[in-house]
Amino acid sequence: MGGLAALFRRNAVFLGVIFTGAFATELAFETTANSIWDQINRGRQWKDIKHRYMESEDE
Amino acid sequence: MLARATLRAAGAAKTGVTGLAKRNASTSSSSEAAAAWKNNALLASSTAFAIGSVAWYYYQFGRQPYAMTPQEEGLHATRYPWEHEKLYKTFDHAALRRGFQVYREVCSSCHSLSRIPYRSLVGTMMTVNEAKTLAEENEYDTEPNDEGEIEKRPGKLSDYIPSPYKNDEAARAANNGALPPDLSLMVKARHGGCNYIFSLLTGYPEEPPAGAVVQSGLNFNPYFPGTGIAMARVLYDGLVEYEDGTTATTSQMAKDVVEFLNWSAEPEMDQRKRMGWKVMAIGGVLFALSVWVKRHRWANIKSRRMLYQDPSIGSTPAAKQPGSTFRR
Ligand code: HEC
Repeated sequence: MGGLAALFRRNAVFLGVIFTGAFATELAFETTANSIWDQINRGRQWKDIKHRYMESEDE
Repeated sequence: MLARATLRAAGAAKTGVTGLAKRNASTSSSSEAAAAWKNNALLASSTAFAIGSVAWYYYQFGRQPYAMTPQEEGLHATRYPWEHEKLYKTFDHAALRRGFQVYREVCSSCHSLSRIPYRSLVGTMMTVNEAKTLAEENEYDTEPNDEGEIEKRPGKLSDYIPSPYKNDEAARAANNGALPPDLSLMVKARHGGCNYIFSLLTGYPEEPPAGAVVQSGLNFNPYFPGTGIAMARVLYDGLVEYEDGTTATTSQMAKDVVEFLNWSAEPEMDQRKRMGWKVMAIGGVLFALSVWVKRHRWANIKSRRMLYQDPSIGSTPAAKQPGSTFRR
């Protein structure tokens, strides 16, 4: 109870928690979602095969 | 939620009906039984009439009119299990690269691909340098210079893939009067999409079946509406040499070029599917949340019970005021 009350006491704290919370949630969600997607499509996307063509370019 | 609400509604309707029947049974009056039978008969016959008229209307006006002969329709394309059409799969970008090679080496001599700029190849099937080299192989008009002359310059990444012919008339003249259509959006432009184009490319028989009439200058292909197509068979085993060592059979090349054409028609597909899943995930959480909030808010109302004490019976000490609420 005490922790939650402290959160609501000052508006700046409340707002800050919401903003950082949203940012962190977004970051976590995007990272997990993208990694699941890349896992399902492993070997199919350009980033999985580009190493084959990037090397020959250096010579 | 919706399903449950519907169920509840159906349940309510049922209890209403049985209640009615019970009341009729308890009064055991023959005239009321007859009235109930009449009610049921009326209900059943009007339902039957409604269903019947919908069916009749559909039979008259709802069906697809097939005015063409099967030959004019063309053979229905076989449905193939395309991996990239699954809702959770991207294009196979190695196949896109091979398909683009097939387009360049085979189709591009007749078909334009006018909606695809070189820049869109970068990061999907080519490196920047490869795409730049490819663009520089072609010349494009410059802006008019000081004297108003238009000069030639090598292509850049922002240029679009050049068309094989100057204009549609030139294309027709070179192809017996038939215009090879632009392939950029071909997968979206034909019924059956990938399946149709694959069937078309691989569907040329050795020779037309006995009795089939093929006009001169046309080729027999059962999948093409009308069966006479101005494009001859173009894919043969070993026509191109893939750099990744894939064996270039006719069907392999057809599959690769079709997947490439699917990309050219909807280059946003990978992104769209991935975004779609994210929307479903977030939307699912929000939906579950809204269901929970609704139930939370309604809990009081749903579990409330009204009691009414008839004043004429006289009040007992435990009697509650009319309208007082109880929680279950
Ligand atoms: C020799 C020139 C030529 C080449 C090469 C060629 N086509 Fe065609 N293509 C045509 C012509 C001409 C038509 C128009 C046919 C018609 O309308 O009868 C056509 C039509 C098409 C159509 C449209 C069919 C329809 O339903 O209207 C598709 C799809 C197609 N070609 C795909 C390809 C692909 C893919 C390749 C490369 C593998 C290719 N073509 C190579 C000449 C060519």
